[in-house]
Amino acid sequence: MCSGRVDLKFILRAFLNGQDGVFVGGCRLGECNYTTHGNYDALNMTHLCKKIMEYIGLDPERLRIEFMSGADGILMAKITDSFTSQVKELGPLGKKEGIQRKKLKSKLEKVIKLIPYIKLSKNEKLGKHFDNKEEYNELYTIEEIENLFNEIPSYYIDREKCQACGICKRKCPVDAIDGKKDLVHIIDQEKCIRCGTCFEACPSRFAAVTKILGRPVPSPVPEEERIIVRKSKEKGAKTIECSKEY
Amino acid sequence: MEYPDQFNQEMSKNKAVHVYFSQAIPLVSYIDESCLFLKEKKCDICRGVCQADAIDFTQTKRKLDINVGAVILASGIKPFDPGVNDKYGYKKFKNVITSMDYERLLSSTGPYEGEVLRPSDKKHPKKIAWIQCVGSRRVIEGENSYCSGVCCTYTQKQVILTKDHDEKAECTVFHNDIRSFGKDFERYFKRAEKLPQVRFIRSYASIAKEVGKTENVLVRYATPSDGVKEEEFDMVVLSIGLNPPADYEGLKDKFGIKLNSHGFCKVDSSNPIETTRPGIFVSGAFQGPADIPESVFTASGASAQCGELLDYRRDKLAKERIYPQERDVSGEEARIGVFVCHCGANISSVVNIPSTVEYASTLPNVVYAREQLFSCATNSAQEITDLAKEKGLNRVVIAACSPRTLEPLFRDTLREAGLNQYYCDMANIREHCSWVHSRQKEEATLKAQDIIRMSVARACYLEPLQEFDLPVNKTALVVGGGIAGMTCALSIAEQGHEVHLLEKNKDLGGMARRLHTTLEGLDVQSFLDDLTGRVYKNPLIHVSHEATIKDVSGYVGNFETLVKTEGRVKKIKYGASVLATGADEYKPVEYLYGENHNVFTHLELGEKIANRDETIVNAESLVMIQCVGCRNKDRDYCSRVCCSHAVKNALKLKEINPQMHIYILFRDMRTYGFREDAYREASDKEVRFIRYDPDDKPQVEAVEEGGKSVLRVTVPDSILGQRLELDADVLSLAAAVIPSASTMEIAGQFKVSLSPDGFFKEAHVKLRPVEFAADGVYLCGMAHYPKHIPETINQAYGAAGRVLTLLSKDTVIASGSVCEVDDKKCIACGACIQACTYGAIEFHGKKQNQKALVNPVLCKGDGLCNAKCPTGAIVLKHFTDEELLSQIDAAVEKDKIMQ
Repeated sequence: MCSGRVDLKFILRAFLNGQDGVFVGGCRLGECNYTTHGNYDALNMTHLCKKIMEYIGLDPERLRIEFMSGADGILMAKITDSFTSQVKELGPLGKKEGIQRKKLKSKLEKVIKLIPYIKLSKNEKLGKHFDNKEEYNELYTIEEIENLFNEIPSYYIDREKCQACGICKRKCPVDAIDGKKDLVHIIDQEKCIRCGTCFEACPSRFAAVTKILGRPVPSPVPEEERIIVRKSKEKGAKTIECSKEY
Repeated sequence: MEYPDQFNQEMSKNKAVHVYFSQAIPLVSYIDESCLFLKEKKCDICRGVCQADAIDFTQTKRKLDINVGAVILASGIKPFDPGVNDKYGYKKFKNVITSMDYERLLSSTGPYEGEVLRPSDKKHPKKIAWIQCVGSRRVIEGENSYCSGVCCTYTQKQVILTKDHDEKAECTVFHNDIRSFGKDFERYFKRAEKLPQVRFIRSYASIAKEVGKTENVLVRYATPSDGVKEEEFDMVVLSIGLNPPADYEGLKDKFGIKLNSHGFCKVDSSNPIETTRPGIFVSGAFQGPADIPESVFTASGASAQCGELLDYRRDKLAKERIYPQERDVSGEEARIGVFVCHCGANISSVVNIPSTVEYASTLPNVVYAREQLFSCATNSAQEITDLAKEKGLNRVVIAACSPRTLEPLFRDTLREAGLNQYYCDMANIREHCSWVHSRQKEEATLKAQDIIRMSVARACYLEPLQEFDLPVNKTALVVGGGIAGMTCALSIAEQGHEVHLLEKNKDLGGMARRLHTTLEGLDVQSFLDDLTGRVYKNPLIHVSHEATIKDVSGYVGNFETLVKTEGRVKKIKYGASVLATGADEYKPVEYLYGENHNVFTHLELGEKIANRDETIVNAESLVMIQCVGCRNKDRDYCSRVCCSHAVKNALKLKEINPQMHIYILFRDMRTYGFREDAYREASDKEVRFIRYDPDDKPQVEAVEEGGKSVLRVTVPDSILGQRLELDADVLSLAAAVIPSASTMEIAGQFKVSLSPDGFFKEAHVKLRPVEFAADGVYLCGMAHYPKHIPETINQAYGAAGRVLTLLSKDTVIASGSVCEVDDKKCIACGACIQACTYGAIEFHGKKQNQKALVNPVLCKGDGLCNAKCPTGAIVLKHFTDEELLSQIDAAVEKDKIMQ
């Protein structure tokens, strides 16, 4: 396992657990024993994480990444001591920042839920490698993170358009879509990871999945109104053609 | 008792009982001659405190008779001792040290734990000077005429590290030529040179004196602009060269080998690994000054040559382990056993072991916990095996040291107990705990408990994984039929394996077809004829001429390649491949090359000398210009061979026509190693060497002079401070060695990477110099980087040695800890494919329903893809989110989790 395996989720989970600081250690930059150089990925991800922390009001100094080799025991001790005293100075999580624990917890939980969306949106940037460590400092901006969280999409299935073909349900990676034959499909907004797979999958002739930005998702269709009455039923032959696809 | 620590150049103290250094192999402690008991029978405290009863004062030297079929001499070198010459002031002035001393000062395991302190007052030196070529390139009694080859670059490394330690340090290097001839060395030099407060001054420098109370050192040097100057430094580092091993005469007599005039092993350039006595081989710097990568591949090369002699006995002494049937415990609830190791006193003197064991037994799913004196001892491993069976354990946590060293042993222990080896987890309570918290015993005990709790949490989620055996096809493919490819192919075949050798041209031989002699006096053409003869005669080697590769597929041990050769396409199946595709010669656009018929490249000149071309051998005046097409913006590297090439041609011409005026216009003469002697010889024979500046290059024009057309070369002479006009009949250019045209395409086919200069990139410069990061693919020769024939042969044998470590096995084991995709969760976003540098992940399935698929054989288990996957579809087994998150959760005791 490489330091590049450290997931955004791991760090945020540690904070959610009430850890006051998180330290990520990797091999020296540029000295990867393989061709992967995954420590740059770890560096990249911690920069993103720091900006997210800033966004939710946590001091980004609570997260630190350092690079050293197996022979750098003394450096490791020095860095650990310096980070420990720094975190002690910052005090318990949220206190210096002036966020109530309860509020912090809900904020962290919200961000953790959005990790799939964050990874998808920032995928290209997360894979960027710079030779110079300093270049990462400018990679993410707080405005960018604000935009990221202001533009969280939701997906909703239009009852008028859904033909209950089941494609979106089959493709949803997290089983967030409920539906069966002749029943309007419904996205469970709690389970949904906002990956947009359903949006892409819904046949263009139906275009039943809509992407919603900046406004609340309409409440789901009540159970009793979900049955689809097909106009095409009267036209006979066409139904057969369609149902093949279902 | 404390004695000067030899490993730290006697700058710090060690004890009579000690380990040689912290990364020594084997990492065992021993007692040396400074022991009081051994000297005066006065003390045996160590015997009293050793719990394992491992100290035995009765041991004496023993003489062993060992029957062997071959011997490898890898005796290394001895650093030059500047004490032989008073003028260096070593041991006379406190603040004059050697580069070996300085190396220890820089090291975190050094005398001051990585702090650079000067000897006289233990203060940080602010102004440091390095003096190059100490003991090298000097024809003085007690010193060496040759160039040690490594000092320029190690000094640059020391400068860079010094600036890392202290960015305000002023570093000055007094040097002769900068010999950055190795792969990527030119860039490295520039990196050092560009650092602030770093000066590289070309000048001989001498130690003038120690300066009064400050004990600073006064250095005297001269520059063309300022003449003789004196400057004070806080400390002076002597960049000492390499001497032959201490007892070289003894080695000669004991092994019945011959030495060269410098005391290194006498070798022939057609096989520099062979000594003058059959069956005795030499690797590393006893061949002659060498750096780490060369030492590593000559070591592999020596193993290949032993293999050629002894292949018929391979594996005769090996025994196969038989493990009991693995028990299927997947349906059972986790039943964890925790073994807490004392590690002698290493852990137990800090961590309270009994209370830690008691704590461990209270953890969920732990059904058994106990302490062990040394968990790694044979009896302890047996105990773990027995208890696992007796208590019905299905997971084992070993709370001991770093998994880095002993995890394989404990995995093996689990297999002995009939459990899947991936059910083992190690809690590192030594390196991560007792060793770093020796003065905080209570806290350390609590931390050990935290670490164990986290390990137990993870253990619950561990899954049985299967390592799979991949059969190995015993055939090799060698791409490129030059000296490198043929040498490598022959060595592999001599060890009993079939080899397919591909050559793009009609004939074997490659670039060497154009070479006739070497500085060492090798007759290249007759050597080549002999080599090609042996290749064609070897029944195990199949040569394909005019070959082009159409497609490469497969993985380590099982490759398949489609080759178009002489009008047909054939499919070759093989287990390992060697890329030895060589290099090309740069076609100059400078200095009237291609416009004037008397302008040649060094290679062309060499061919014409061999043919005794009239224009050449009867020329009155001949000028050579070095560094044409490299060491510039486009090609930021040194072609390594051209300086020696120029000297070789010059010497040959002087031999044929002693009256000829020969001028070599150079930037730095890079005749490293014993080639320095030839450089000196050329200079003695009045070949004129004129240094030019890359910012003020020589100018060439064709003019009529005294009724004949000549090439007028104008070059500023920095020593004379004027422009020299040289009228030459012939101009020869040191055209760069450039990657061969096919390199890029072949790299794509074999999925291997290229260095910034376009040569093949090895997996690790020092540790794996003849392997690619892609398993089962190797490299050698000029395709790796320009090199001389003996170096190419060294590396070709090296690659053969590495190929044999693979081909001599029946199977290769692929780790169980690889990535896997859950199709249901995969949304085909491609993030994992982008993250994988091994090309192990591809899309499969119909276009509308594509999913990522991991080829477990290519996956190296770094898990970058796992961290990038938005939906958690791709999972690195043994390091799953579940496993790692359980550890993160367990780091906080339940009641402390944020409510």
